[in-house]
Amino acid sequence: MKSSVIVFPGSNCDRDIAVALEKMQFKNQMVWHKETTLPKSDLIVIPGGFSYGDYLRSGAIAGKSLIIEEVIKAANSGCFILGICNGFQILTETGLLKGTLLRNKNLKFINRDVNIKVINNSSKFTSKYKLGQVLKINIAHNEGNYFTDDKHLKELKRENLIAFKYCDEKGKISEDSNPNGAIENIAGILNAKKNILGMMPHPERMIDKLVSNTDGLNLFSSLLN
Amino acid sequence: MKITNKILEKHGIKNEEYESIQKLLKREPNFLELGIFSAMWNEHCSYKSSRVHLKKLPTKGKQVIQGPGENAGVIDIGDEDAIVFKIESHNHPSYIEPYQGAATGVGGILRDVFTMGARPIALLNSIHFGSPDHPKTKSLLNGVVSGIGGYGNCIGIPTVAGETKFNDTYNENILVNAMAVGHAKKNKIFYSKAKGINKSVVYVGSKTGRDGIHGASMASAEFDENSEEKKPTVQVGDPFTEKLLLEACLELMKDDSIIAIQDMGAAGLTSSSVEMASKGSLGIELQLEKVPCREENMTPYEMMLSESQERMLIILEDGKEENAKKIFKKWDLDFVIIGKTTNTKNLTLKFNNKIEGEIPIEALASKAPVYKRKWVKKSLPKKTVDLKKLKKIKLEDALIKILSSPNHSNKSWITDQYDQMVMCDTIQRSGSDAAIIKIHNKEKAIAVSVDSSANYCKSHPSSGGKQIVCENWRNLISVGAKPLAITNCLNFGNPENEKIMGEFAECLDGIKEACEFLDYPVVSGNVSFYNGTNNKNIFPTPVIGGVGLISSLRKPINHKLKKEKSSLILIGKTFGHLDQSCFLKENYSISDGAPPKINLVNEKNNGEVVLSLINKDLVLAAHDVSNGGLIVSLSEMAMNSYYGMKIEKVKKLRNLFEYFFGEDQGRYILEVEHSNSPKVKKMLSDANIYYENIGYTQKKYFEIEGEFKININDLSKMNNQWYNNY
Repeated sequence: MKSSVIVFPGSNCDRDIAVALEKMQFKNQMVWHKETTLPKSDLIVIPGGFSYGDYLRSGAIAGKSLIIEEVIKAANSGCFILGICNGFQILTETGLLKGTLLRNKNLKFINRDVNIKVINNSSKFTSKYKLGQVLKINIAHNEGNYFTDDKHLKELKRENLIAFKYCDEKGKISEDSNPNGAIENIAGILNAKKNILGMMPHPERMIDKLVSNTDGLNLFSSLLN
Repeated sequence: MKITNKILEKHGIKNEEYESIQKLLKREPNFLELGIFSAMWNEHCSYKSSRVHLKKLPTKGKQVIQGPGENAGVIDIGDEDAIVFKIESHNHPSYIEPYQGAATGVGGILRDVFTMGARPIALLNSIHFGSPDHPKTKSLLNGVVSGIGGYGNCIGIPTVAGETKFNDTYNENILVNAMAVGHAKKNKIFYSKAKGINKSVVYVGSKTGRDGIHGASMASAEFDENSEEKKPTVQVGDPFTEKLLLEACLELMKDDSIIAIQDMGAAGLTSSSVEMASKGSLGIELQLEKVPCREENMTPYEMMLSESQERMLIILEDGKEENAKKIFKKWDLDFVIIGKTTNTKNLTLKFNNKIEGEIPIEALASKAPVYKRKWVKKSLPKKTVDLKKLKKIKLEDALIKILSSPNHSNKSWITDQYDQMVMCDTIQRSGSDAAIIKIHNKEKAIAVSVDSSANYCKSHPSSGGKQIVCENWRNLISVGAKPLAITNCLNFGNPENEKIMGEFAECLDGIKEACEFLDYPVVSGNVSFYNGTNNKNIFPTPVIGGVGLISSLRKPINHKLKKEKSSLILIGKTFGHLDQSCFLKENYSISDGAPPKINLVNEKNNGEVVLSLINKDLVLAAHDVSNGGLIVSLSEMAMNSYYGMKIEKVKKLRNLFEYFFGEDQGRYILEVEHSNSPKVKKMLSDANIYYENIGYTQKKYFEIEGEFKININDLSKMNNQWYNNY
């Protein structure tokens, strides 16, 4: 399977995701933001970081960059797109995913291992997980407080487009287990066609027992299926 | 412009120094030249008060590739790998403008590391604030923590360890020390020594603005009530641009284009150009109209003294300019040839071809003043504490008082604001004795820790100096790393005061003695004097940052208890030294007396044996005994873990408080599998190590037999609440 990782100035999880993809035997390429063509890819990843410094709104400038037009085209023709953290923020800026990421409820950057629950395991990204499985995944963001309007929220639920929700160790979803104030504890969502996943937690940080755990691996192996 | 006394005072130049300047120049300097002298001759850049003492420190060893004098120190960690690291202070700017001060402190130290060809892999910090009750403390703490996080998180280097302390002594002068650690290839280290004449001098990075002018001079003076007015001397950080600069520099460093490279840190363009020329015994000529500026009508004076961040000066090999330019253009950074090296041995500053200033390089560097300041020795304070005269308290209450105090509370409120995981090589995050970072794609790791003991240093500087080195050494040992070398950040008061100078000289004596004995050389560092306001000086606060090597990778050892019914072994002798202890400070507000004694022989033996036990996989958990004594260390092993312990009744007519709260040095607690316990004890006896069986692990409860028993969740709760309620 061929993957491309888009590198914006200020991306800083680009190497981490590349390591994860290569470990899972993807044929990966790094694509610089000034490129105007994308290599043929089955998966495009928009990595975490602070694209263009995020001095404006997170992801706002990246959402208007040259390469992003190509990403939109690829998405519309069915290519799988994964946006992690800043990548999720960028996807909402491009309109490929609806809703937005607000400042964390406590107005602080949060880096911590949190628990998330697999809400949808029928997508191409999550099929290797069990439904309701609780994963421990690292988050690291200032703006991870997902928000969307009622209409879209209903759609998300009706169409089973919520991929992950924040929960506690036992899988209980409550305000106490919500690290950033995201609406209904949403940690990751899919688009209507389910070929795009945006998520705040970093699965690429959870691929090595020595460093953390291996809860992120199945996201990549799901894609290989 | 006529140089008046007022102008001299503004530049922090003393009258006798001005006389030397005139002698060196054989004329009066103009205003630009005076500014340059002030930038190079201030304490921060010239080390004029500290130099004679710094010479004492051991800086050599088999493991040392580059000692002090370069942008950062470099050590050998085997194979083709080197570690580049340094710590630096940003105290004064952080007090005036906490967010930007702390952020640019991080940015500055990162540049020192990647200038040398290393990719930064870890950030650490040591931050000291005044009393939590002081009206400024809360906002300073918030600002500094978010500044450190803001920079490190954005550039994408994990902030993995640090210390945060509160003490009245920092009420009017906080400390913000940042340390960066990078990984490089041994044969690809870049230095700042210029070579060859007529080589292009290239300016890369951000544009120059008017921020930070006289920052280094500001850092070389005490504060007073008008310090707020110094806000414009604080620089503004841009971690995004630094990320671009980092990647561009590392890309250029892949080939052999660079002769010398130096970041523009304190005293900006002035010190970077002088430094490179001075090391190469060359001259340097700059055409200042070419300097990329972000503000209009900047004068040569402003350009030379600006401390705008995220800039570098590079001397390139002939013919490499075009390729280098391409790289910096790719990253949307300025790249301008602003001058050349010369054989004049002068710093020549031109603006539109007119010479605006010309100063012999040696006048700015090797001929800068060196002071042998007077200093007085401090005698060892007498023992003061007689427990019998103190109000009686319960052991349990005394422990809880310490664990719930600002200085001992769980720091996750702080560390959660730092990205500790980016780069995915952080094996042990903060909260342990030391953090562990894997060398990317290699089967080895480094351990890093920063430590300080201002109370001990204040009480008896030479003991205190020795103690911090040992504690830092112990912290690395406790995670199974072989300690290799240190960097130090020496935060002191006004060196013109004989007592303060004495504190400095004696702390350094202590550091020297311990470093020599432990083969733990100093490879880089920074001195920050004039920490004080209106003649009130801070406690002497040398901060030690150590790096150790874990040469074969395994699941990390840390302090958290791992199993039920394993044995707990205390290594090292307990005498019950309570003077200067947390116990007295937190429970009785007593902070007199002498710090605990250091026995370097025991320190070394104990440490080496503990390390060999860890390497033989005989240890489940290890923790050094430090601040707070045995009982605090024991509770740290139990809190936020799954197991507690039962400590058996203390024998031998010991005073319980002395036994549990005494801060005797050179001690470790080991959790050892019950079945391995005889083997471990035999090894300890064979090595002549003093040890005690103190108890065993159990589920749920932290228990001192015959005294108290408390659920570890309750204990953790008390430890976790202070920051959230502050």
